[in-house]
Amino acid sequence: MKFTVPIGPQHPALKEPISLRMTLEGEVIRDADIRLGYNHRGLEKLAESRTYLQNIYLTERICGICSHSHSSCFVQAAEQLLEVEPPRRGVYLRYLVSELERVHSHLLWLGVAGHEAGFDSFFMYTWRDREVVMDILERISGNRVHYAINTLGGVRRDIDEIQRQHILESLAVLRARSEYYFKIGANEPTFVARLAGVGYLSKQQAIALCAVGPTARASDVARDVRKDDPYGMYAEVPFEVCTAQSCDVLGRTVVRIKELMQCYNIIEFLLKNLPEGPVVVRSPRRAKPGEAIGRYEAPRGENIHYLKANGTDKPERLKVRAPTLANYAATIEMLKSGFIADIPLIFAAIDPCICCAERVVTLVNGRSGEETVVPLSRLRAMARERFQKAPVQKDAEWPL
Amino acid sequence: MATLKTILYLLVYPGFIFLFVYSTFCEWFDRKVYARLQNRMGPTHTGRFGILQPVADIVKLLAKEDIVPELADKRLFNALPIFGLAIVSTVMLLLPVWHFDPALPSYTSFSGDIFVILYLLSLPTLILFLAAWTSTSFFATIGGARVLTMLFGYEVPLFLSILSPAILAGSWRLAEIAAFFQQKPLLLLPNILGFLIAVICLQAKLERTPFDIPHAETEIVGGTFTEYSGKKLALFRLMTDVEMVAGSGLLAAVFLGGFPGGLIPGFLWFVLKTLFIIFLLALIRAMTSRIRIDQVVSFAWKFLAPLAVLQLLIVILLKGFLK
Repeated sequence: MKFTVPIGPQHPALKEPISLRMTLEGEVIRDADIRLGYNHRGLEKLAESRTYLQNIYLTERICGICSHSHSSCFVQAAEQLLEVEPPRRGVYLRYLVSELERVHSHLLWLGVAGHEAGFDSFFMYTWRDREVVMDILERISGNRVHYAINTLGGVRRDIDEIQRQHILESLAVLRARSEYYFKIGANEPTFVARLAGVGYLSKQQAIALCAVGPTARASDVARDVRKDDPYGMYAEVPFEVCTAQSCDVLGRTVVRIKELMQCYNIIEFLLKNLPEGPVVVRSPRRAKPGEAIGRYEAPRGENIHYLKANGTDKPERLKVRAPTLANYAATIEMLKSGFIADIPLIFAAIDPCICCAERVVTLVNGRSGEETVVPLSRLRAMARERFQKAPVQKDAEWPL
Repeated sequence: MATLKTILYLLVYPGFIFLFVYSTFCEWFDRKVYARLQNRMGPTHTGRFGILQPVADIVKLLAKEDIVPELADKRLFNALPIFGLAIVSTVMLLLPVWHFDPALPSYTSFSGDIFVILYLLSLPTLILFLAAWTSTSFFATIGGARVLTMLFGYEVPLFLSILSPAILAGSWRLAEIAAFFQQKPLLLLPNILGFLIAVICLQAKLERTPFDIPHAETEIVGGTFTEYSGKKLALFRLMTDVEMVAGSGLLAAVFLGGFPGGLIPGFLWFVLKTLFIIFLLALIRAMTSRIRIDQVVSFAWKFLAPLAVLQLLIVILLKGFLK
């Protein structure tokens, strides 16, 4: 007997609205379908009416976890258009924050994976230790989520010797804890039993379906923008691209923990070799007409910002391709022939950030297939009509 | 005097009052241990050390709106929580606590009461399955199917492991088994393997991590309890708490030498031994992650059942050797 199960748009396994429709035979998934569009973002359109400087803070709000990834990616593209070269100390600090962000994102993901697998102790421990890196970020930038450290031509804040020492001390704690998680993640029998062999994605499929980030790297595809197309100072930094051969959720976990170790090395390298000098240079307001692309390795994979300038201080077009969107096609492949119990794990293993990936909603009529775009004024009118028809419920009964 | 004794037995200890107070206390203990193992605080605000938190939860649930699904079989849907609670409470009356005469069998302590307890402890599983089935929700139906599938895994190893001390003691009466091991405490040691198997099976019976598959939150929302709310959910939660006390009481009576010494020392032994078992259960819960339903069944039949048979073999050989 086949039946279809809706996972989402509201479901405890999903932190954000998305709809996964699973065709099941007993407990086994035969087919999967992902429906997007439950999250309306007008960000790209909004970016066209703001200056380049304002857009940094707008793009930062695309995501709450990898906020720095989006603003850095935007700044990379904008700096190409505005023809400014940030000073070396500024570059070092910008990508120092980006590595710290990767640490906090990966620790967060480990906790989420633990929770999805029903391993709540792991979840509690990783999130406790995530506070260490959150504290570092707060000390550097003053904020825990939106660091607002990027600006055109460098960064907005410098760090002093005390902060540098604090980061190095905290790194020792994080390193010890991550080694412990590696031990648990690879050895705790019930946890490994849940992760090993789940959500298989072969190397060929990973390449064919354009998987990015840890999802691709766990399928033994050494794909990392920091190595393939180095931006900032990554060409000077010694680090390895971590891969796994197991092609499953366990591999994705292992890759992320290994990457944590690499992050600590990179952070240490950046702090030890921090150049002297200014952190920011003055940048022009207007960009000559042209196009630019920012490529950036976000914690979830490659992030791309395309920017088109028209000679004014506002971009003509901004296009954001978030890593989650690139991984959806691979996710459907991974879900097939899994169990119901594996759905949350497989889906969480790409570290989905739905609000990153969603754009404007186009309404499609289910019967005729006709597409319509509803303007805000029409939506307002519809809401007003609806509430006039349904009057306030009187004498509502309190259950007690 | 005998009537007064029976009333005390039914209402105070180990009857209703004790059962309610102690099972909520055990839930608090379990939550606190679990939280401390996870580096959290656990309940802190309600009462001293948050000790009243489970009671507060139940009171809160009693005040909540009670919804019955349109398509559900209303009578069955309403009756099941009450049946469940009644069944697990009955188990408590059969535990050899104080109201029995070793020489004289009675309605609460007779030859074969160990089977009655095992039977009564199997029934809540059926109740949960029926509850899931009658609520007609999709997620509940999957949860119900999982409840039954899991039953096929853990029930046989549990029975086998609980029978081995009974065989060693040569009795089917809990009071006599406990008395046997009180006289020869060293003989508890050969049963240690069976004890561990029984603790794991009890964890599965109580549907706690790693066996919380029927109500795996991230997969099938509330699972078995998806459609239950308000009073009925409160009764189900109380049922699980009482089942935890009754199950650990059974294990304590069979594997840990029972509760000797009459009323007061027996009471202290009861609390001590059941808390020890609940501590073990909390430890397992904190250390493991949820496994898949197929893994439960294969784990139970590949490891638990053969080990339980091995335990039986050890006991039978030992019995021959002792004679």
